[in-house]
Amino acid sequence: MSVKPWRRRVGEFMSRISVTVDGVSYQDDVEPRTLLVHYLREQLGKTGTVVGCDTSNCGACTVHLDGRSVKSCSLLAVQTDGHEVTTIEGLSTDGELHPMQKAFHENHALQCGFCTPGMIMQSIDFVQDNPSPSDEEVRHGLEGNLCRCTGYQNIVKAVQAAASATAAGTEGGAR
Amino acid sequence: MTAVDERTTGETPQLEVGAARHRKEDQRLITGRTRWTDNMSLPGMLHMAMVRSPFAHARISSVDVDEAKRSPGVVAVITGSDLADVQGTLPNVWTITPEQKTPAHPSIAVDTVRFAGEIVACVVARTPAAARDAVELVDVDYDELPVVLDTVEALKDETLIHPDIGTNQSAHLVMDHQTESSVGDVDAVIEAARTDGIVFERRYEQQRLIPSFMEPRSMICDPTGEQTVLWSSTQIPHILRVLLAMSLGIPESKLRVIAPDVGGGFGGKLQVTPEEFITVLVARRLGKPCKYTETRSESLMAAHHGRAQHQKITLAARKDGTVTGLKAELIADMGAYLSLLGGGTPKLGAFMFNGIYKFDAYRFDLRTVFTNTAWTDAYRGAGRPEATFAIERIMDDFAHELGMDPLELRAKNWITHEEFPFTSVAGLEYDSGNYEAATAKAKELFGYDELRREQERRRADNDQVQLGIGVSTFTEMCGLAPSRTLGALAYAAGGWEHASIRMLPTGTVEVVTGVTPHGQGHETAWSQIVADRLGVPFENVEVLHGDTQIAHKGLDTYGSRSLVVGGIAVVKAVEKVIEKATVVAAHMLEASPGDIEFAEGRFSVRGTDQSKTLAEVAWAAFDAHDLPDGVEPSLDADAAFDPDTFSYPHGTHLCAVDVDTETGEVTIAKYVCVDDIGKVINPMIVEGQVHGGLVQGISQALFEEAVYDESGTLVTGSFVDYLVPSAPDLPHLTTDRTETPATTNELGVKGVGEAGTIASTPAVVNAVVDALRPWGVDDVPMPCSPHRVWQAVQGRSVGERTVTQPVNPETMQTDGSSGQLPTGDATGGDDR
Ligand code: FES
Ligand code: FES
Repeated sequence: MSVKPWRRRVGEFMSRISVTVDGVSYQDDVEPRTLLVHYLREQLGKTGTVVGCDTSNCGACTVHLDGRSVKSCSLLAVQTDGHEVTTIEGLSTDGELHPMQKAFHENHALQCGFCTPGMIMQSIDFVQDNPSPSDEEVRHGLEGNLCRCTGYQNIVKAVQAAASATAAGTEGGAR
Repeated sequence: MTAVDERTTGETPQLEVGAARHRKEDQRLITGRTRWTDNMSLPGMLHMAMVRSPFAHARISSVDVDEAKRSPGVVAVITGSDLADVQGTLPNVWTITPEQKTPAHPSIAVDTVRFAGEIVACVVARTPAAARDAVELVDVDYDELPVVLDTVEALKDETLIHPDIGTNQSAHLVMDHQTESSVGDVDAVIEAARTDGIVFERRYEQQRLIPSFMEPRSMICDPTGEQTVLWSSTQIPHILRVLLAMSLGIPESKLRVIAPDVGGGFGGKLQVTPEEFITVLVARRLGKPCKYTETRSESLMAAHHGRAQHQKITLAARKDGTVTGLKAELIADMGAYLSLLGGGTPKLGAFMFNGIYKFDAYRFDLRTVFTNTAWTDAYRGAGRPEATFAIERIMDDFAHELGMDPLELRAKNWITHEEFPFTSVAGLEYDSGNYEAATAKAKELFGYDELRREQERRRADNDQVQLGIGVSTFTEMCGLAPSRTLGALAYAAGGWEHASIRMLPTGTVEVVTGVTPHGQGHETAWSQIVADRLGVPFENVEVLHGDTQIAHKGLDTYGSRSLVVGGIAVVKAVEKVIEKATVVAAHMLEASPGDIEFAEGRFSVRGTDQSKTLAEVAWAAFDAHDLPDGVEPSLDADAAFDPDTFSYPHGTHLCAVDVDTETGEVTIAKYVCVDDIGKVINPMIVEGQVHGGLVQGISQALFEEAVYDESGTLVTGSFVDYLVPSAPDLPHLTTDRTETPATTNELGVKGVGEAGTIASTPAVVNAVVDALRPWGVDDVPMPCSPHRVWQAVQGRSVGERTVTQPVNPETMQTDGSSGQLPTGDATGGDDR
């Protein structure tokens, strides 16, 4: 039996996009098939955002598009033309950690840290809509993000801690 | 911006050890400033992609690479025949019996593929996308061969996976143990029980699992310098370097291996992989840095799998429930090739089927078998979860048979705390433990008696949602390992660990450790240990690891060994530093070394107020203007530590599940565990390890299974089908500890990395089965999915007691003389 080569021609034309990533505006030529996550990692060097799967299940690649979380492996780079992207690398400003980053650190919500950028980005988006979530609500809010290390318990704790820190009017908030 | 915590320093110095220090390593991880291998780029770096076999068993009749080579950006396409002369064979380091068959394992298949996903060619191109595009253009002709996927089927030797070895059985290992008070070997004990006791027999199935670390494996080889450098997302850079040198004939001194940030391992990155060999060979051949990063689908298909074991357990007991003997007969699936540890992984279970119990006779009988599936190796717990599952499941089943409370039956048989140190029937000396204390605490936290009453109530009401309570009282051997023991077990290397302390002139400290963390928080924990012992601030300690040029000696991280072996090596190195510094301090203080005492970072002359700080002494050793004659100008010290024994954490885990008897849905209502891991360096890290471990064990019980279709294609080949649980699938976990210090190391510590995983699987399955006892159910195969639970309920009507069949019982029944598992004579307790 023969496995026949699958012939295709790609990369024959490029598209020009203008996109703001972590506050910096870029104009770039990308292949139409380039995924946002590959554009971020390979063209912009934004390696803080990582790839954990090839079926959009793990959430490791989560970033914000115009302030809402998206899985950057399920979006084409060309779809971000004219939009604003925030990655884990753009969260802390002037040397101040985002409250969610701080909460992850203080609640030991990460071990290997590979899922962490996506978890943090998703969690920030989630608490925007639900500023005082129950255990159960946090778990459902993070349904699309896998972590193999922590068993999620401390992640839930961190999200609740960040939410109440934000609600208590601690500086920061969902940026 | 800083992730270093302020610590209140009062009058009395607080000890770092025991404090829930927030982790040093978090800063880079929460801000995205990570060094995952795939994040790195080198000048001129090329990208690789693999052509993998879609067939589980086939001859390769031709590989046509012409078209792929012409594809834009493609630099080279390499096939098995291109590398046949240089690729050697991937190593297996554990010859579990002298007769073990260890077939050759080429990195790129040359003429035959033996599992779906095996590499047949490698494309090298300017970009990852160009490499992947060209993979589609490689034209491979395969002649398909018959496929054998099940070990029992494989043992018939009708289709040979490695015809050159003439059999599909790699090894048959039998270990017989009996104590002096035994009436004879395990067969005699079982015979005796047949006449005036109980013989109880069960078959359990350890399904195939996929470790599923979140960071896919990635590697870069840079061949351009004097040393060839390999970055790899591995747990074992040191072992990898030695084996690359030995297998590929590259002088070890010409190799440097670096494990940068590594995104989880769980045993899954305790491997020497074809991908690593190919990356090194191809980069050296092309003279350019080359990178390979697997996709998740490739990872699930071709990174090693875990567990995959048929178990037949025979337990002999007196009528009062006193266990007298145990026989464990196992068939372990090796997959298509023997991996790095190969049969060594199930062999590690040999010492653990007896668990925490006292009995007189024990036999461990293991067959390791090849099939046309992905190779298997260590997965969190490695051998011990399999053993613990079997003994803890059968103790629950046996308790039910006797009409006894499962905790009562355990208490009747376990080693009491006065009996330590205790030599187990498998020959290990358990140094310490207190099973009574852990159990009492767990029962209280759980509300055991109330939940039993609630269970009674629901049973009486014939409630649709039944409550089940599962128990697991486990111990494990960890802290791999005493080198002599490993030698006696025919493992190719030792189990020591190395550390060095570098006292820098300004008084800060570098700790070099031979272990290789990938999420465990060693940078934090080691800093705590060293801060206390040297009296320097936590922040002034830097922990270096994972690069053979920096941490030149080591045996890496697995088997819950890092603290109990590597941590002790750090302590030993610190002691040497203090010894050396004492001589210098004495000279500075014009006293004799014997009059110097060291505490809280200060050397003082006993009985005086004269003293020098460690920093002052470090500077004196650095400027070396005035050192005593014959004293070297350095306080640095190295130590290698080889443990005398394993460490034996233990604990009691209790699980309550709600089982919906209409839908088969299982919900964990409560999970309580009380673990005893001895002294604790950082309780926050320990709790995190327990949480993560528990969830992996729970997940084996309820969610995960790697499934092949009959042609040998992995059906669970993506995260859509392989169920790594997400947050809403899991319960809140109640964890607590008792503390019985280990007596075998200076810190009193025991391992913790695997404990949760080892203990939790049987607790959950016992709970599921317990809920369904009124239906006559006495086993539900893992994972206990709603469908399986529902089937178990449907297959039985209330009140009617039937013998539960294990998975594939027929296929396990073979003629005992043909080198296969003997027929399970239904006797005693089994025949009800
Ligand atoms: S990489 Fe897994 S969801 Fe995007
Ligand atoms: S911390 Fe390792 S995967 Fe979440």
